[in-house]
This record gives sequence, structure tokens and C-alpha cells, in this order.
Amino acid sequence: MVIIETKNLSYTYPGGTKPSISDISIKVEKGEFVLITGPSGCGKTTLCRCFNGLIPHFYQGELKGEITVAGIDTTTHETHAMAKSVGLVFQNPENQLFALSIEKDVAFGLENLGLPREEMRKRVDWALKLTDIYDLRERSPHEVSGGQQQRVAIAAVLAMQPEIIVLDEPTSFLDPLSAEKIFEVIHDLNKKLGITVVLVEHRLDLTAKYADHIIIMNEGKVCFDGDPREILSTEETRLIGVGIPKATFLYHILRKEGMNLGNLTPLSSEELAKLLQEAFEKA
Amino acid sequence: MIEVENVHFSYPNGVEALKGLSLVIKNGEFVAIMGQNGAGKTTLVKHFNGLLKPSEGIVRVNGVETTKTSVAALSRNAGFVFQNPDHQLFSETVEEEIAFALKNFGFEKEAIEKRITWALNLLGLAQYRKTSPFLLSGGERKRVALSSVLAWNPETLILDEPTIGQDYQQKEKLRQFIVQMQTQGKTVVIVTHDVEFVAECNPRVVLMKEGTVVADGEGREILTTPEVLSQSSIVLPQIAQIFMKLTPLGLPKNIIDVYEAKEIVLKALEKRRK
Repeated sequence: MVIIETKNLSYTYPGGTKPSISDISIKVEKGEFVLITGPSGCGKTTLCRCFNGLIPHFYQGELKGEITVAGIDTTTHETHAMAKSVGLVFQNPENQLFALSIEKDVAFGLENLGLPREEMRKRVDWALKLTDIYDLRERSPHEVSGGQQQRVAIAAVLAMQPEIIVLDEPTSFLDPLSAEKIFEVIHDLNKKLGITVVLVEHRLDLTAKYADHIIIMNEGKVCFDGDPREILSTEETRLIGVGIPKATFLYHILRKEGMNLGNLTPLSSEELAKLLQEAFEKA
Repeated sequence: MIEVENVHFSYPNGVEALKGLSLVIKNGEFVAIMGQNGAGKTTLVKHFNGLLKPSEGIVRVNGVETTKTSVAALSRNAGFVFQNPDHQLFSETVEEEIAFALKNFGFEKEAIEKRITWALNLLGLAQYRKTSPFLLSGGERKRVALSSVLAWNPETLILDEPTIGQDYQQKEKLRQFIVQMQTQGKTVVIVTHDVEFVAECNPRVVLMKEGTVVADGEGREILTTPEVLSQSSIVLPQIAQIFMKLTPLGLPKNIIDVYEAKEIVLKALEKRRK
């Protein structure tokens, strides 16, 4: 089942001289883990803002083409009508947090859904524990570090348990081990609860291994769309500025030297280490 | 030269962020300060241009104690780029943003013009000269913040998480730029979580934990020692992860560079075939 579909979607910000995204036609299946990447300024964040209706309702500007998310036409439904279906974690957590305590920030969306008190309590605690900020729940979201603010923004979206979670570089301020833990949590929710995940990331070393589907954008357009192993095998992805995982790159340059490593492109260090071990055992 | 002697620092809310830290950074060095969230990395580098003053201990920049001079005077020599560009940007256009500090430092009009053009070209921002920084993407705003500091050509550059939101090509440009700064004898200090970037640059790495330094040495050594990294919440770079798993095959473990990795694998394989 297709859960996100755009047809020839183009958008220009108010006062902008050219479209930030143009002619985007993509399909995302329910339950997929989709990775969107591409050079800085290529329109990734703009596309994410279309998924929950922030574009065009909040940003205004000129939107052309069609977009359907979770069966809803986002151009005719306000952002709040999308909140149950789509949760968006912003690039900069400060743009998202506002309550007096972390706990209240995480509860805010649930209050608006009108959930019973016990259910709210349960979901808030669940989300705070998953993101490892339960002990900070009474602190103000503005007095904790950038990395902790990102955890709060993620917890607030997880608590809503939407059908689709859209995350725009959600762990950029977190240390690598914490980032990895957060990605594991999101991957787990994707696999166990079937939540569709759309993740915007530059750091494919950390994230390519989770993806079922990768979309690469450049200058406002989609230039690759499909299977991560196939797409990251092409030379062009690197040329346009996509930092393919080091393990994937090493695999390519070893094969170029004539080493036999099989045809399945590895996306993680574990996968390449295994291929290398096998190659050495055969030698 | 930056000298930090037994520095303690506590925030007004009582949190002690630095606990008796000592460190010397010589002119011309390239240092990456790494460590988990809340380790005190940003607090430490804010001492390098006097934004923060030690509660106890001494910080000297080129021989002058930071408590005995102003942030303005220190900034001329030490340019600071914040982690979050939105904490730094405020002008109507990218051009004005870069001109701001140059005007304050008393540069001539013509020099300002030239430096703006130079800084914009360097970071691939020339087409945004008249654009509002707030219309740019997160990664682009980060580069505007960086270019506004590079424009006045400080002797020491302090970059807090410079690779956030940057794509592979931008990171490569940043790396080349840092190398160029070093050939001019300038000092570069970065605070970063980006192990892959550090692996490509191989700078001196200072690893922090809970307000102290827990390891200090060549990047290649520190980034391939999992026992040291794990206590600071840093993961091994991907190439090091691969070689760590291949030690039973007799391969070395301290490899972080992808091209070096290729040579080593091919040689080891050839040896095995003979």
C-alpha cells in the first residue's frame, strides 16, 4: 500500500526566485524505512515540510502538483489534521520545543488528541524512556544540551504514535553512540509496529544499513530512487556529493582492483568484514 | 598558543562543566576535541576566545591571560563558529552578515568587499550574496556562519561541530581548507562528533569525559582504541570497525584511511595466495 505519493510536486518559497523542489514524483510504501539524502541545499527539508502540510499552510509560497499522505491531500487539509498521521522531527530542535518542562512538551500533542489521562501518562513515560530522557522530564527543554533537545523532539513525535515519522537530520547534535541508539530505537519501531519512517541524513555510514528505499535529491529534483544497494553501487552518487558509507566505498575500490567479493553491495562494516573474511578463507 | 592550566568552570546553576583541566595547543596545530554530549567540549573552547572565564585556574592565549583582556581583543585572533548557526546569524543578507565583523575590526571598504567575495567563493555561497541567511538551508546557514569568521582571517579558528548538515563535498572542501590554514601556520580547533571526518583528517585528538581529558594523541591511535573511545560515547570509524574484525586474519588494527585499507587488504591477500 502506498502511504506517501507525490506527482510533479514543485514548490517556491515566498520571495524565492526559483523553486526549491521541482517536479518531484515519488511513492513510499507503508512500513518502509526511506532514506532521503543529497547535497546541502538540495531541497530535502523542503520536501519533508510538504509531508505534514507545513508547506503550503505555514510557509505559504507556491505549491504545484499533487501530494497525498496517509490518504489525505495535504494541500487542502490543515497541518493539525495531519498530526495524527504524520510526525515531523525538525532539523533544529529549538524550532519545535516550547513547554515549561520536557514532560509537558512530550504530552502536548497527546492533550490535543484528547487521550484519557492514563493513556497519556503511559505513552509519555514510554517515549521518555525509549529516548533515554526520563530522568530529565521535569527540566526545561531550553536548559538542556542540543543533543538532549533532539531527544525531546523525537520523544514528542514518538508519543503520538503516528503512522509516519519524518525525521530531518534528527541526531546531528548527538554523540555517535547516542545517535546509533536513537536510530536503533527508530528502526525497531519501524520493524515491530510497522511505522513508516522517512529519514533525512547525510551520514550514510550510520544509517544506510537501515534503509529499504533510498531517494537521492540534487538541485531540487530526485535523481535516484530505489534500492539502496543498487543505487549506492553507482559512481554518480558519489560525484554529486553523497557520502556513501566507507564500507561500501572500500568494497567498490577493492572490486575495481579485481578482488572477488560477490555482487551484493555491503552497506555496513559488518557486511564488508564478512565478505573479506570469506575472500581470505578462499584464497 | 593556547595554555589551559588546571581550569575549573561552573555555570551559575551550579553545574561544574570543567574539573581541573590542563591542555596546551601550540600554534599551527590541528586539534579535534571529541567526547560525549555534556562532556564540557563547548565550555572548554569558549574559554579560548574569552567568552567564558575560568572559575579557577588560568587560560592564556598567546601569553595573555583571558581574564586580563576583552572578548573583542581576543576575537581578532581567535574566530569562533558556533554549533548552531542560528545563534550567530542576524543580518538581512549574507553579505551584511560577513561585513559586520569586518566593519567592527575597522577594515577599509575596499578590503571588506574583497574579503566578502573571497569568503563566499571559498564556501560555495557566491550565489546567495544578497539572500537572507534565513532563507537558506541548515547546511548553508552553517557555511554562512563559517564564512563570516574566515573573512577576517583569524590566527586561530575554533569550529564547534563544523560538519553538521554538510554533505560529502562540503566536508571535503572544509578538510582541504583546514589543511591550507595549517600550511599558513594557523591553529585550527574543532569540536566534533563526526568520527568519519576526523578519520579523514587525522588531527591530534583530545578526548574528553565529564570535564576532564581522558586521552590525547594522534587521531589514528585514539580512533582505533575501542576501550578508550567507548568511555566517551564515540564509535570507531567504519574502516577501523572492519579491521577490528579482521585481526584474526593477521591484519593490523590501526587503520582509518580507506585507500590505505585497500592497499593492506590487497597485499595481505596476495601474501596468502603465495
